Amino acid sequence: MRHIISILIENEAGALSRVAGLFSARGYNIESLTVAPTNDPSLSRMTLVTSGTDEIIEQITKQLNKLIDVVKLQDMTEGVHMEREMMLVKVRVANHQEREDVKRFSDIFRGRVIDVSEETYTIEVTGSTSKLDAFIKNLSKIQVLELVRSGVIGIARGEKILSL
Amino acid sequence: MKKVEITGAEMFARSLADEGVEYLFGYPGGAVLHIYDALYQQEKVKHILVRHEQAATHAADGYARATGKPGVVLVTSGPGATNAVTGIATAYLDSIPMVVFTGQVPTDMIGNDAFQEVDSVGITRPCVKHNFLVKDLSELTSTIKKAFYVATTGRPGPVVVDIPKDITAQRGEYNYPSKVSIRSYNPVVKGHIGQIKRAVELMMKAKRPMLYTGGGVVLDNASDELTELTKTLNFPITQTLMGLGAYPATDKQFVGMLGMHGTYEANMGMHNCDVLIAIGARFDDRVTGNIEKFCPDARIIHLDIDPASISKNVKVDVPIVGGVKSVLQDMLKLLKSGDYKTDMDAVALWWEQILEWRSKDCLKFDATGKIIKPQMVVQKLYEVTNGDAYVTSDVGQHQMWAAQYYKFDKPRRWINSGGLGTMGFGMPAAMGVQLAYPDATVACITGEGSIQMNIQELSTLKQYGLPIKVITLNNGMLGMVRQWQEFFYQKRYAMSYMESLPDFVKLAESYGHTGMRIEKPEDVEGALREAMKIRDRVVFMDFITDSEENVYPMIPAGAGQNEMILV
Repeated sequence: MRHIISILIENEAGALSRVAGLFSARGYNIESLTVAPTNDPSLSRMTLVTSGTDEIIEQITKQLNKLIDVVKLQDMTEGVHMEREMMLVKVRVANHQEREDVKRFSDIFRGRVIDVSEETYTIEVTGSTSKLDAFIKNLSKIQVLELVRSGVIGIARGEKILSL
Repeated sequence: MKKVEITGAEMFARSLADEGVEYLFGYPGGAVLHIYDALYQQEKVKHILVRHEQAATHAADGYARATGKPGVVLVTSGPGATNAVTGIATAYLDSIPMVVFTGQVPTDMIGNDAFQEVDSVGITRPCVKHNFLVKDLSELTSTIKKAFYVATTGRPGPVVVDIPKDITAQRGEYNYPSKVSIRSYNPVVKGHIGQIKRAVELMMKAKRPMLYTGGGVVLDNASDELTELTKTLNFPITQTLMGLGAYPATDKQFVGMLGMHGTYEANMGMHNCDVLIAIGARFDDRVTGNIEKFCPDARIIHLDIDPASISKNVKVDVPIVGGVKSVLQDMLKLLKSGDYKTDMDAVALWWEQILEWRSKDCLKFDATGKIIKPQMVVQKLYEVTNGDAYVTSDVGQHQMWAAQYYKFDKPRRWINSGGLGTMGFGMPAAMGVQLAYPDATVACITGEGSIQMNIQELSTLKQYGLPIKVITLNNGMLGMVRQWQEFFYQKRYAMSYMESLPDFVKLAESYGHTGMRIEKPEDVEGALREAMKIRDRVVFMDFITDSEENVYPMIPAGAGQNEMILV
């Protein structure tokens, strides 16, 4: 099963490689990994999407907790949460029809065209992983020139908070 | 008042002294020259010059295992650091507290492929509990303090501190912190009392209980508590390779080591038990055999300080996270309250079964031939040293025979590389032990293969006058490899024998030691007695042993604990 694990980790050089190294050394898979500092500049927040059986996920969280730099972590999948991922897609729009189609699709998916050139559109879409997947699927007749995804970030609903 | 400023190198030396470091095992080089200069000008920390950095780490490791204090190592950058990696990994797999300082190229040259530069923090990351790169002089002493704290608390392990050369030359005010706290690191010592109660309740219901204890008992100095608990319960106890000595091997409740080369009664006891009480042990594959067939009827209690060890290989029913000593004390308190009673009748029946298994006498061997049996050498060593020696070993058949035939009654007497299985560990480890206990008998049981992996340390032993006894079981074969090839590769002995072995007697003599070569069974005991009388120097004993001898019993790969090959 897919799990989103959020990690508060010391904002220090090498912290990211400790996490990445743990996953490769123990053969766990990483679907996506994002990391950036938080409002507390001494802490980074890492969001990791992985999958495995309950036993494997239990080991992953235990092994992550064992890393000295890891301050706290939460398996988002255990509670009600929201997840978002951002995607930028550059597509070839050679004619009027294609420009219309792409504009329509991005409106439906609440995306925005953020850059235009003579024959290209660049669209920004935000949402869950499955929504972004669906958007790509709808572009099947359009030539995708470039695609970049941010990886998932997540946060729990309501009063549940991951902080110090 | 004018501030007194000293160099980073001087701060390093003073920090170690303030940390109470007695011995520093190391080897100098470019990146640590400032540090060596500072060490030269002080007397508190004694530096032991090894002949290879790997040996420095093993010596520090042996010192740590024998004393419980952290082993401390200093090596230079680049090859100094990479040579130390095997020893760091050895300590990591056996959870040995160790702090390893590696020199690094100056800060402004890091990343430029400078002379003797490697990314020491990167290379050691997967085999340390934690590591640090000191980036600023102001962090030097607090990092050293943190390193010792992390290495010695919780589940212990090696910590590497990488120190760039320029930092050791900079000057600043010395201040060694008396306390340390790391917000992200708070190891649990006290066990959850509810879980401890559940565990005790389950023990009381046990009809066929088994105590299975490991290195965690030794590491947490919990032998007394374990012994009291075992006596109170009257349960059979088996120990892992790493746990030997925590419970006295000569006691009748001890059923021997378990696992791949464990006793018949220990492994059968494990397979047939209904309640398994695992204490400071980690269900290693050499212990469990085929995990699918492991303890099929048992409900399992697992006490470990590392939550990640619990339910890693085997799903457990009652997990207890905590220090072994603290939790066993809590258990003993509960048992003394009088509210709990074991099922004595059922346990008595269980003991009958165990004694029947024991009567197979699975460790018997035939010593009547003309060739020395390796088991006999260990047995005689046990007798001659009154079971009171510190015994280190290398890795292979001799290691298993040492574990099987030397009956350790005290913890920290049996010192071997269990997790990583590092050949070349034994002799440098013995150096560390002998330094810690200059008057003790320290024997290194080894083979002609393993001993050659760090044989250069004969020179260090001479320099520091460390009179260890090297017991080489020389069968002219890489015995454990040969045994597997005999069993599983139709006796195709690929690369498991060595030609051109040195004359070990002459070799020892050339280093200034005494050498002995023993070829006849009737000479074994006399030679050992003679060697043990020599207290002022190394005696290198080359026992020519049976090259076809195998280690029994054996659980072959993929088999369950009840599927042993007996003699």
